Amino acid sequence: MTQAVTAAPSRTAAAVRLAGVSKAFGTGSSSLLALDQVSLDVAPGEFVCLLGASGCGKSTLLNLVAGLDQVSAGSIDSSGARVALMFQEPALFPWLTVTGNLELALKMRGVPRQDRRARAAELLESVHLGGFARKRPHQLSGGMRQRVALARALALTEDDGASEQGTVLLMDEPFGALDAMTRDLLHDEIERIWRARGLTVLFVTHNVREAVRLGDRVVLLSSRPGRVVQEFPVPIDRPRRIDDADVSTLAATITQRLREEVGRHGA
Amino acid sequence: MARETAQSTDEAAESNVEDTVVDSVESSGSTAGEPADTAGDTVKDAKVSQDTEADGLSRQLAGLDALELGGGTRGRSLLLVWSAIWPILTAALIGIAAWQLVVWSGWKETYVLPGPADTLPVFWDQMTNSRFWDAVALTMRRALVGFAVAVAIGVLIGALVSQFRVLRRAFGSLITGLQTMPSIAWFPLAILLFQLSESAILFVVVLGAAPSIANGLIAGVDYTPPILLRAGKVMGLRGLNQYRHLIMPASLPSFVAGLKQGWAFAWRSLMAGELLVIIGNTTSLGVLLAQARELNATAEMISYMIVILIIGIVIDQVFGAVDRAIRVRWGVDQD
Repeated sequence: MTQAVTAAPSRTAAAVRLAGVSKAFGTGSSSLLALDQVSLDVAPGEFVCLLGASGCGKSTLLNLVAGLDQVSAGSIDSSGARVALMFQEPALFPWLTVTGNLELALKMRGVPRQDRRARAAELLESVHLGGFARKRPHQLSGGMRQRVALARALALTEDDGASEQGTVLLMDEPFGALDAMTRDLLHDEIERIWRARGLTVLFVTHNVREAVRLGDRVVLLSSRPGRVVQEFPVPIDRPRRIDDADVSTLAATITQRLREEVGRHGA
Repeated sequence: MARETAQSTDEAAESNVEDTVVDSVESSGSTAGEPADTAGDTVKDAKVSQDTEADGLSRQLAGLDALELGGGTRGRSLLLVWSAIWPILTAALIGIAAWQLVVWSGWKETYVLPGPADTLPVFWDQMTNSRFWDAVALTMRRALVGFAVAVAIGVLIGALVSQFRVLRRAFGSLITGLQTMPSIAWFPLAILLFQLSESAILFVVVLGAAPSIANGLIAGVDYTPPILLRAGKVMGLRGLNQYRHLIMPASLPSFVAGLKQGWAFAWRSLMAGELLVIIGNTTSLGVLLAQARELNATAEMISYMIVILIIGIVIDQVFGAVDRAIRVRWGVDQD
């Protein structure tokens, strides 16, 4: 995004490439370094979980990739992929119906007016909310709203099948505010949609088990400033369950490493 | 966009969904983990294609949705109307009773302060008098014209001030200051500038109402939730699109509150104006009030005051209804 692609992207090109990304807020002595020299390659179709304690700059990182903010140093290259960002809050527009929210996103993606209603209906079907197009956001439960938000993010990555660049979905603790049962089902849901659509996902969480449950790879970030501490591949077959023994074992290892990292700030 | 389609089909669809929800909640009983069959089937029916692997997930999600939504409430609009009206009626009766008690106490002679029983026939007499209705028409015309001009000016100023930080610093507190200034204090200046004319009244009405309207708009823009602004940015809403699809609808509730307050100020300013600025042989509610005082016709005066009060209440109720409609749509109503 910030850098032009110099050569034609090869088959193994990253969907998102962060090279030495730093981000400081403020200037002079009061400036705060949020991210320090973060480098990360996310392969097309990969599901990467970013894990860290408070203050690790996870959300800052997603904002940078989404283009909502500018890097202080380094570069981010998403090779012209469609990028959509989803938050912990559904952030749906309360004055629009569910379908209205999706249609606005489609409009902003340049989908012609006559196609929007049908495309919105397809998207709602894909998150199992086909019967709720005419509802307003406040009439849905938290989990349902978050699925509408997911459908809206998917609407923003609609690719018309013309581009090979693929689509990148950035998720900022999307299930953090939901109860365990709902979260569990939504893990299945996002996994299914990720596979069906061949999405590239960059998923931020502070929940270690969730990261292991979902990710092909878990990237552990340090706090203040955020640096990549360690990367953990997740060699566990899918479908996984959050209470699988393999998931728990790897989660325990990563938790230990995370605790060490957090402990450094107490000293 | 979405709500332009036929309302009846919408409602049918909605009640269908709600029926399903209620059914499934009842039939699923205590087994929270097991999705209810009815809800699962309905969602499945609606599907065109559904791979079998995801079928279980689909059923579980539908079941959870059904459990979380609970039943809807509807079909009590008559009750709502009654629940809005009876407190007003009761208050009116208490007011009339208090008035009657004061009269009975013998504090003033009845030709100075007539009781409700003496005033009601006079009130009715006025209701059937064409001169009275001409007066109401003139007053309402002034009120509406003044309010319309105030809305135009208030929106313009509000939009500019909310948009530019420099203007905010320069005029933000001035607008709030103007809002607190009693409008009657403007009349000496208005009469000097415009003599005893319609313009003088309009000038003060606009000055009374516009600051509230501008402030309502400014507050609405200021309190657009930051998370919605971020979501809008992700969608690519910028510039005019951001205004049209995000900031304007988001500031609507606050804007309506500003309109309501602006109307109250406009109405007060107008009444003050009609008492002070009496133009030639025009007949307005203010003129009728002033004449009734000169003639010591207290019953007529009280009749006009009741009319002024009723008009104020009715229009306030209109704004209240708009405000409630927005709250219900947004899901922020208190009921």
